[in-house]
Amino acid sequence: MTTIPASPRNSRALSVLRQIATGFMTLALTLLGLLVITFVISRVVPIDPVLSIVGERATPAQIEAVRQSLGLDQPLWRQFLIYVGDALQGDLGRSIRSGEEVVSEINRYFPATLELATLGTLFGTLVGVPAGVLAATRPGSIADQIVRLVGLMGYSMPVFWLGLIGLLVFYGKLNWVGGPGRLDPTYDMMLQFTLTTYTGAILIDSALNGAWDVFRNAISHIILPAGLLGYVSMAYISRMTRSFMMNELGQEYITTARVKGMPEWRVIWVHAMRNVMVPLITVIALSYAYLLEGSVLTETIFAWPGLGLYITNGLFAADMPAVLGGTVVVGVAFVTLNMLSDILYRLVDPRART
Amino acid sequence: MTLLDVQNLRVTFDTETGPVQAVRGVSFSLGRERLGIVGESGSGKTMTGRAVLRLIRPPGRIEADRMVFDGQDLMKASDREMRALRGQRIGMVMQDPKYSLNPVMSVGQQLTEGLRLRDRIGRAAAHAKAVAALEAVQIRDPERVMAAYPHELSGGMGQRVMIAMMLIPEPDLLIADEPTSALDVTVQAEVLSILDGLVRDRGMGLIFISHDLRLVSRFCDRVLVMYKGRIVEEVQAGNLLAARHPYTQGLLNCLPRIGGPRAPLPGLDRSGAWAQDNGGTR
Ligand SMILES: Nc1ncnc2c1ncn2[C@@H]1O[C@H](COP(=O)(O)OP(=O)(O)OP(=O)(O)O)[C@@H](O)[C@H]1O
Ligand SMILES: [Mg+2]
Repeated sequence: MTTIPASPRNSRALSVLRQIATGFMTLALTLLGLLVITFVISRVVPIDPVLSIVGERATPAQIEAVRQSLGLDQPLWRQFLIYVGDALQGDLGRSIRSGEEVVSEINRYFPATLELATLGTLFGTLVGVPAGVLAATRPGSIADQIVRLVGLMGYSMPVFWLGLIGLLVFYGKLNWVGGPGRLDPTYDMMLQFTLTTYTGAILIDSALNGAWDVFRNAISHIILPAGLLGYVSMAYISRMTRSFMMNELGQEYITTARVKGMPEWRVIWVHAMRNVMVPLITVIALSYAYLLEGSVLTETIFAWPGLGLYITNGLFAADMPAVLGGTVVVGVAFVTLNMLSDILYRLVDPRART
Repeated sequence: MTLLDVQNLRVTFDTETGPVQAVRGVSFSLGRERLGIVGESGSGKTMTGRAVLRLIRPPGRIEADRMVFDGQDLMKASDREMRALRGQRIGMVMQDPKYSLNPVMSVGQQLTEGLRLRDRIGRAAAHAKAVAALEAVQIRDPERVMAAYPHELSGGMGQRVMIAMMLIPEPDLLIADEPTSALDVTVQAEVLSILDGLVRDRGMGLIFISHDLRLVSRFCDRVLVMYKGRIVEEVQAGNLLAARHPYTQGLLNCLPRIGGPRAPLPGLDRSGAWAQDNGGTR
């Protein structure tokens, strides 16, 4: 008569575990794929890594020595194995521009991007979800129109233009916020010489150090670029939330909740929202990933020393290890995010667990 | 004693192609008894039931000359007053449990939320009450069902969960929309006898919506026959099988008769004058 699994709770926990394991497999495979692609790219681009290190005036002997030290005299498959082996040990080669380890450079640049994208996504979610719900519960109202208009602007205005206007008005004219960069130069020195680095994210590190003046300064710098990215992400999230919420509010179980006399806040924020969460998790993860990899323009305008800027500068300098290393990190971040959203999705939707 | 009095109830949907009248002037009153509503699909049974709870969604509109529940004017009640009535005093077993239960909340959460939120009952006590309600509708492994999610339930199990959910607050009026259509005969009999007991012992009023004329004629006291949003006939249940209205007779003729001749079932003959009246809409 009924088909209920033997012990719902246990089998559910098991299946979530299994899915996490599958997630890690996917992560590993994707990483391998990324390494294959970046390896192939590095071999087909017409940039001679040896030449870019030794310069044009080197003697044949010097060139040969560098070739050997880079392992370029080995057969291609061995070069690939070495590349993968190094990458697994956290070695993505040395930047040609600076001669520094790519990994340690990324260690400095990536937290800046992560900080910006996280704050942007947080803002986009915290404003976008309520705005979308408000619009969905009063379709056609003034509130709905405003949400739609504000969202439309976020969709259609070029980010760099908004960023420049923002800098001009709030920094140049009003001086309400900090200018380009993550900190004022003085605070930057303080950060480098007196504070302990825990995460590389200035907001977190300065708070952990109790350096509240640095924290405040960092806030004044990040608020404009994070607000800008948050605005773009809010435009997307509010629009999707509105349409998901409209769809859920039309379902029969909503009437059931009302038949039971549930107050409207509970109908919307518990009964409908739990169902809206299922597709919304994917939307938020996507927009987060987009901010992580796609904030090059923002980083350029705000002189934000993030991964986007790092990769772009690497490209202009023909610094292949930097570009490829950055690409691998972006790829890993993307897959990790995907995996996390997959796990979350299964946690909120019981139908996906069986 | 009258529990619910409805005069000239109309439900209209304003669609792009003009107004569609789903219910067109339905009047009835109900005491502490079992009132059946039958009619073909789309005749307005569900909309009539929902209108009583004022739960027709826009673009639907509800109008009535009079709709009074236990001395309270439902047409004039505020949203807050309606919410206080819903669930607590008027319950409604929804037609299709597959869509009417929240897919991402466990059965237990859905059964106990009213108790926890409105009656402020503790978790354990609410759980115990919900388990008892499930047992009352003949669910044999209530603990397991409490932990299950709607997609893990069969249709019949879902219907019983829905019935249990609506009976927990002990309403004075229960609108049951096809509550037993997915149950097998023995469970159906049990569930009907529970409803019957509530009407007899607690004086609950019951509106029993069904396609099944035989069931209704056996189970209810009085039957309304609906067609295209109107009541075309109101009869004492015992007399239903001898109903005079051609539509009712048509519906009766559509039923297979056990032991009767195995001729093909006749279709519903809609050539009579009663079928021509469209009330000027559509
Ligand atoms: N949103 C809507 N817009 C327009 N018409 C609607 C809407 N919802 C319902 N209706 C109309 O209301 C009429 C009555 O529907 P209702 O659900 O009450 O029928 P029913 O008697 O319960 O049928 P069933 O036995 O299939 O459950 C239907 O003919 C339908 O066309
Ligand atoms: Mg119906």
